[in-house]
Order: sequence, then C-alpha cells, then structure tokens
Amino acid sequence: MPELSRRRVLTTAAALTTAVGARPVLAPSARAAEGDGHGHHSPAAFDEVYRGRRIRGGPTGAGGHHAHGPGYAVSVDGVELHVMRNADGSWISVVSHYDPVPTPRAAARAAVDELQGAPLLPFPAN
Amino acid sequence: MTVRKNQAVLTAEEKRRFTAALLELKRSGRYDEFVTTHNAFIVSDTDHGERTGHRSPSFLPWHRRFLLEFERALQSVDASVALPYWDWTEDAGRGVRSPLWAPDFLGGDGRSRDGRVTDGPFAASTGAWPITVRVDGRTYLRRALGAGGRSLPTRAEVESVLSMPVYDTPPWNSGSDGFRNHLEGWRGVNLHNRVHVWVGGHMATGASPNDPVFWLHHAYVDKLWAEWQRRHPGSGYLPAAGTPDVVDLDETMRPWHDTTPADLLDHTPHYTFDT
Repeated sequence: MPELSRRRVLTTAAALTTAVGARPVLAPSARAAEGDGHGHHSPAAFDEVYRGRRIRGGPTGAGGHHAHGPGYAVSVDGVELHVMRNADGSWISVVSHYDPVPTPRAAARAAVDELQGAPLLPFPAN
Repeated sequence: MTVRKNQAVLTAEEKRRFTAALLELKRSGRYDEFVTTHNAFIVSDTDHGERTGHRSPSFLPWHRRFLLEFERALQSVDASVALPYWDWTEDAGRGVRSPLWAPDFLGGDGRSRDGRVTDGPFAASTGAWPITVRVDGRTYLRRALGAGGRSLPTRAEVESVLSMPVYDTPPWNSGSDGFRNHLEGWRGVNLHNRVHVWVGGHMATGASPNDPVFWLHHAYVDKLWAEWQRRHPGSGYLPAAGTPDVVDLDETMRPWHDTTPADLLDHTPHYTFDT
C-alpha cells in the first residue's frame, strides 16, 4: 500500500480490528513474505492477527512520521507503536528498545509478547 | 566529595537512605521528569538524523550529565546519598540471587504471570511507586530477570571492549566500530544494551528509568568509560568538529545547552569511585 498515509494505515487497522477480532496466530511461514528488512527500500506492508491482536505495518509517505521523516508506521490494535530502523537494517520499538530484530513485523510481534495483553497507549507526539 | 560505590558493598543504612531518597523524588514528581526526558531522547535519536543521548558518540557524556542531574536531585533530599553502581559482571554467574534484588534494596524479579515486582520498596503494592510515564496501560513496576535464557556480560567481554583504542568512528551511530558503540551494545559482544534486555520489564523500554536499577546500570557504564580513559590516555573523544547531526567535542548538548562533551571528560570534579 505505497500511497497510504500513516494515519490511513492506523485508521484502517483500527477498523479491521473491530471487524475481525481474534484469530489464530499465523504460521511462521508468513515471515517469508515480508522481505528481509535490509537495504534502502522500505520493508513490505503487513497485516495479521498475532496472539489475538491486530498488528499492521506499512511505509509512510514523505513528511509522515514526526522526527524521522519518511518511514514506516506500525500499529497494535490500531494504536501506533513507535518503531525505529537501525543503520544495519534491523528494527526496534519503544517497548523493546535495546533488542534489535530483523523486521518491523518482528518488532510488532515482540511488542505484543511484551505487552502481555495490555493496551498500548497513543504515542505522546501524535 | 561524592563517592560512587559498588552496590554490593553498601551498608544497610546506605541502602535505606538511597531508596528513601528515590521514593521522595518519586513522591514530589521530580523522578518522573527524568523518565520523560529519557524517553523523549530515545525516540528522537536516530541513526541518520540528529542523535544525542543514544546511538552516537555523546551517549557517554550525555548519560554522565543525566546521572549528575539525578544524583544532585537525590542529594537535595539527602546530602549523604551517592549513586551506587552495579558491576553486572560480578552477577553474571548468580543472576537473580544478587543482593541487588533483595527486598531491602531494589526488590526482586517480576512474577511470571504479568511481570509484576512484588517485593521491595518499589513494588506496586506499596503504593509508593506508580508508573505514570509509560507506553502501555500497566501502572506497576515490571521485571523479567534473565528471561529467555539471556546472560549478563562477563568480565572477559568487558575487557575485550575496554581494549579498543578508538573512542568512536564514522558514521557515528549504531553501525559504528570503536569503544563507544561496543560498550553501548549495538555491535559486538553487546554490553549496555544487553543488560537492559536482561532485566526486562520497564528496563527494556524507552521509559527504562522507571526502574531504579537504570541509575546503577548507567553508573557502571559511566565507570567503564573512566576505566577506558585510564587505559588509553592518548585516545580522546571523537569527532572533534564539523559533524552534522552529531555532538562534536566542543558543542553543547541538548537539553541542557550549557555543557559540552569536553566539559564532561573528567568525572573527578563531580565524584570519584570507590575503586
């Protein structure tokens, strides 16, 4: 979804969460479709229910994400999860900030694991 | 003069005074201002943009100043208090059994169900340690010591990083070679970052100062910087000048705007260490 704005991604995610509800955890093979997260191109968008929670991610347009410029937005049940890409292409999020993982989807899943069902709070800068 | 001691040698009275000062800063609201500041830098410091508190050469002087501010706040409550440091290499073999995690000091591990710390002065049940600066709905202090089979860095791993003669290298971020980034942990054996992950709970997040062990961890990282300086007297802070998005030796650092890395290279005007 290259043309979707970050807001659009998050709004859609929230709507889909309501519509779909909890589903079984996706198989690990879903990882194969998301790209490797390295290089200069943004990783592919994703949209899945992981451990009963809707996680979505996708590239944002220029001027999208406050301090970070054009980038990539991730949400958990429709609430933005602040993520960051490291120089080596790995990713972290604000709830797992010192532990890089290969892709934004992995960062979203790590956040769901860390949250243990707790709601994410909207990022203060929004 | 402030003397920063190894937490393992503190007396019962020193532990009592330290934790009491923490609780008073929390009660007054001043503690949470430090959590807010740290999280703001964590989310804004980026590898290809402006970076000051983390993933950059100024990681070490920035945290030195941040800890100085915090230590002065503690001393405004109780002038006898100094920040202790946690030499986690001493705990690499005993993990959760360290006296650091005893009920008379920082309290222990989080319980398995929800990570909640249930003993010590900072347990939610005391009512004295509400988590107010947070990224999720949970208001209780959480830990998951050593979860996932991770281990604390060993002394040999610390030695391998202290032996690196160059302070930092281009591109001055999480992809850099050199002492700073290996100590910070984005590259190599991973020291500082790994300890945050080992403690888990709040310490693994951008709001990591919610756990008081943050200060003891960073006081030891700061001590390792001092040890590195003694070992490499000919090596200085880098970069020296003219580096976009990066704090050079003589540039002031946000949020204080009145101190440069050069001003902070020598810790001895502010405090000394017990060893």
